[in-house]
Amino acid sequence: MSTGLDAPRPMRLPIDTLGATLAVLALAALSLQPLMLLRPNRIAAAQALPFWNALPSGLELAFGSIMTLAALLLVTRVGAKARLAAGVAGLIALGIAIGLSAAHLAPPGNAYARVSPAAGAWVLLFAFALALADALVRMRLSPLGRIAALIVAILVLAGFFASGLWRDLSVLREYASRSDAFSRELRVHAALSVFSLLAAVVIGLPLAIAMRRIAPLRRVLLPALNVLQTVPSMALFGLLIAPLAWVAAQVPGASALGIAGIGVAPAFLALLAYSLLPIVASTITGFEAVPAETREAADAMGMTARQKLVQVELPLALPVILTGVRIVLVQNIGLSVIAGLVGGGGLGVFVFQGISQTAIDLVLLGALPTVAMSFAAAVLLDALIDLTRHQPRGKARASALTSEAP
Amino acid sequence: MIEIENVSRLYGEVAAVSHVSLDVGQSEIAVIVGTSGSGKTTLLRMVNRLVEPSSGTIRINGRDIRDQPAPALRRGIGYALQGHGLFPHRTVAENIATVPALLGWPQTRIRARVDELLSLFHLDPALFRDRMPYELSGGQSQRVGVARALAAEPPVLLMDEPFGALDPIIREKAQDDLAAIQKRYGTTVMLVTHDMDEALRLGTRIGVMDGGRLVQYDRPQAIIAEPATDFVRSLLGAGERALRLLSLTTIEDILEPGDAPGEPVAAALSLRAALSESLWSRRAALPVEKDGRIIGRITRTALEARAAGPL
Ligand SMILES: Nc1ncnc2c1ncn2[C@@H]1O[C@H](COP(=O)(O)OP(=O)(O)OP(=O)(O)O)[C@@H](O)[C@H]1O
Ligand SMILES: [Mg+2]
Repeated sequence: MSTGLDAPRPMRLPIDTLGATLAVLALAALSLQPLMLLRPNRIAAAQALPFWNALPSGLELAFGSIMTLAALLLVTRVGAKARLAAGVAGLIALGIAIGLSAAHLAPPGNAYARVSPAAGAWVLLFAFALALADALVRMRLSPLGRIAALIVAILVLAGFFASGLWRDLSVLREYASRSDAFSRELRVHAALSVFSLLAAVVIGLPLAIAMRRIAPLRRVLLPALNVLQTVPSMALFGLLIAPLAWVAAQVPGASALGIAGIGVAPAFLALLAYSLLPIVASTITGFEAVPAETREAADAMGMTARQKLVQVELPLALPVILTGVRIVLVQNIGLSVIAGLVGGGGLGVFVFQGISQTAIDLVLLGALPTVAMSFAAAVLLDALIDLTRHQPRGKARASALTSEAP
Repeated sequence: MIEIENVSRLYGEVAAVSHVSLDVGQSEIAVIVGTSGSGKTTLLRMVNRLVEPSSGTIRINGRDIRDQPAPALRRGIGYALQGHGLFPHRTVAENIATVPALLGWPQTRIRARVDELLSLFHLDPALFRDRMPYELSGGQSQRVGVARALAAEPPVLLMDEPFGALDPIIREKAQDDLAAIQKRYGTTVMLVTHDMDEALRLGTRIGVMDGGRLVQYDRPQAIIAEPATDFVRSLLGAGERALRLLSLTTIEDILEPGDAPGEPVAAALSLRAALSESLWSRRAALPVEKDGRIIGRITRTALEARAAGPL
């Protein structure tokens, strides 16, 4: 309650709650956590350095003030554009500082020493990335605007790599010594994720359409796919090894096609198995969402079953089907890491090598691109889903009005 | 044109439509009235095979409708759904163009036809062509639904409560528009409604359905003069029968030679309006005018004789 008439208080503090939280997080990370880690070699114990020790003299002051100013800007009730600027400034300053610090800390001529971002840098990355995402949400970008923002982000990231600024970071040192393997496994990883998705769509879409018509098929298959979905991924990858090895040995020509107990085949099949349920389920849901009246109109206009499917049912079900595709793609990019375990290749190769060698940088070389790819896939497909919606959200009122017709 | 012969449709044990027979002649407007659930929609949907009859036959132009595949049959029959049924992912123009596109009309012809229909239903093509269905009011959606049914100039048109969502003034306009279009193309129309006034306004024949049965099928005058059952009588509203009968004919029909004092009335006016004028102005006879000339007169005695029933 009020403390007195003589002390009128503002009704609302001029503070943005999320921004304030992020600012506290960023400032705490900046002052209490190390920015960089320095190790004499890739597996030795690390020395933690706060930013005032990690940066060349003169720069620490600039870095500290930019980060503090950006964080303080987030606290106030400024508009979305200013928040965007704060997020971008924070992230770019962080990117530059990390690169300069690596070049500064790495002993010249010593190929074994490793410099990597420490907890403080990761927390700062998290805080400012969240501020940036929040600003973009507040700006209510159109779907195409979001895709454009994603492309800009990719270009900026590519610019950092191309500039050589990050060359002395430990992850990039790991990369430098195996750049051929990296681009090969990256391609394998992307191909595994995308082609297992495509196969799931090619199989799942007709399957779902058939299941709508044939009730017994639905009663048998849907629970089966559900069970498949609950098998732990490691187990499923492993379970496929024996039968595939048997097929490779027994069926003539199978091994020539690349089918083997270990390798790409079990990885691909396991991913496909996991993909089927979301695709089938979302297709069925999408078709069920087509109003009966619309379906009847298609019949009454003289559309054949195929014309009704292609011209009416599929376009109306598409946004829902695409939510299934989004789930599957993001899931497959993550699950493809496990392919590394059964000899299927992909970025998982580095993750598991790194784990066995306790080389955290090598793990990151596999993990960071995986996270980035999942993120990009999610943004891209969310935009696509919004683009295929035929009725903007919040327009339900208008259609409710028209369906009131007696 | 449309011959329905002893048609029934059962859902389980219940007959939604039971032993209905009726003929709709070329260029007639047959209006089916009845209370909710009486089987009107089911009867209509059997004509374009959206529902298959349990028994009986339907012929269009002498040909059994089962002789050709359902899609081909339906492209020759316009259908306006109860509650419009527009495709939510297509613009107004694309919705209207559905059947012409299925029939493979050239683009230029389709575009011209769409604009023609929009104008016919008082929707400015420039304003409405590219709208999505969710951007229309209920009444606009219904008009677009009717325009879609008419798009390919079908010889037969089925309409299921096409004007339900319109306010009384717009509804009367839409009814006049439909009558004009029907006259222009000579379309054979079967229209379902539960509004007896609409039936009397539009129908050249009226069929009354009750519990799945067709209890009466006749010209409007005959329906009013000799309702076949108490149900038909109650649909007509017992107290208004005389006035309804008068509203079906115009002054010209009972014109007699001679003159009368006072302001003349127009020959195209309904007898109902003439009676009203006669009572209001306390005149036993009114002069009748057509094209600015007095062409005769009309007496209250003749009006009352008309209101008492058929000749
Ligand atoms: N697909 C169906 N399955 C079962 N019963 C049905 C089906 N379609 C209609 N009926 C039943 O048949 C009867 C007639 O329905 P119909 O839709 O023809 O009525 P209607 O005269 O058009 O009514 P309204 O004026 O309310 O539109 C109703 O009792 C209805 O419940
Ligand atoms: Mg009905």
